[in-house]
Amino acid sequence: MGLLTGKRLLITGVLTEASIAFDTARLAQDEGAQVVLSSYGRVRRLTERIAGRLPQPAPVIELDVTNVDDLAALPERVGEHLDGLDGVVHAIAFAPEAALGGNFLNTGWDDVATAFHVSAYSLKALTTAALPMMPDGGSVVGLDFDATVAWPLYDWMGVAKAALESCSRYLARDLGKQNVRVNLVSAGPIRTMAAKGIPGFEGLAAIWETRAPLAWDVADAEPAARAIVALLSDWFPKTTGEIVHVDGGVHAMGS
Amino acid sequence: MALSQQEILAGLAEIVNEVAGIPASDVQMDKSFTDDLDVDSLSMVEVVVAAEEKFGVRIPDDDVKNLKTVGDAVTYIEKAGVTA
Repeated sequence: MGLLTGKRLLITGVLTEASIAFDTARLAQDEGAQVVLSSYGRVRRLTERIAGRLPQPAPVIELDVTNVDDLAALPERVGEHLDGLDGVVHAIAFAPEAALGGNFLNTGWDDVATAFHVSAYSLKALTTAALPMMPDGGSVVGLDFDATVAWPLYDWMGVAKAALESCSRYLARDLGKQNVRVNLVSAGPIRTMAAKGIPGFEGLAAIWETRAPLAWDVADAEPAARAIVALLSDWFPKTTGEIVHVDGGVHAMGS
Repeated sequence: MALSQQEILAGLAEIVNEVAGIPASDVQMDKSFTDDLDVDSLSMVEVVVAAEEKFGVRIPDDDVKNLKTVGDAVTYIEKAGVTA
């Protein structure tokens, strides 16, 4: 009996085998879950190729979290493969180049708005879109990078992550009565496709090398994926609005 | 029997065409993926994944960044020991 036996999951954000979402999908299948992936636009073909590398083939549905038509169609598209959902993984973030990399004071609202829309508001959009498929409750898990402090070069992506953290708390407040839990996993730096778009990634990796009490491997997404799987399982039944740090302990250290 | 450079090039050209819509005849050994063929980073990832599947090889991230030209990729795949 696996940790997720019988669970039906929608997992976003699988791009390559290095994706945290890929390890999540892989472990979830190993633990007995049925998995549907989502992707969008030109990235979708890549997701479909990578989906073939999971233990079991997983269907890929079209979902741009900023597109209201895609969101409205989500229950129907997921419904072609699963008769409901018990969990949703939000592994989605984007910031335009101008919003990252040391230009914090000069970033215009349009670029910031895009970062917020894709990276923070989308948690609300995805969750409410999936809600009709979770009549008996469920677990929503998003991916965070510690937003309680300012990081080198992370800039508006960091502010968007702060919004994501707050968004998850408000979702937890409003969805508790439907038995839907909403939590985040705050991971340390992992060398994914998304990380390649972060100008200060190597600097962040260096911080982890010196400050993490537990040895941190930027090439290993599995620790974060394991926490996501745990939060999707029945083993955190009364945990919501929480941020689980899978960062080797860096968030707890003064220096 | 191992695939020849020409066979690998032909297979790779087919992939680049499928992924990035570039005419297969433009995909020549001396062409740079980014500068000559306008293959962006996302398409490059897809080219690599497709090539891994077509040729049955693994191309780790650390090696991908050294594959500047089509010729680099053909040589890499050839060395990785592709057999037909």
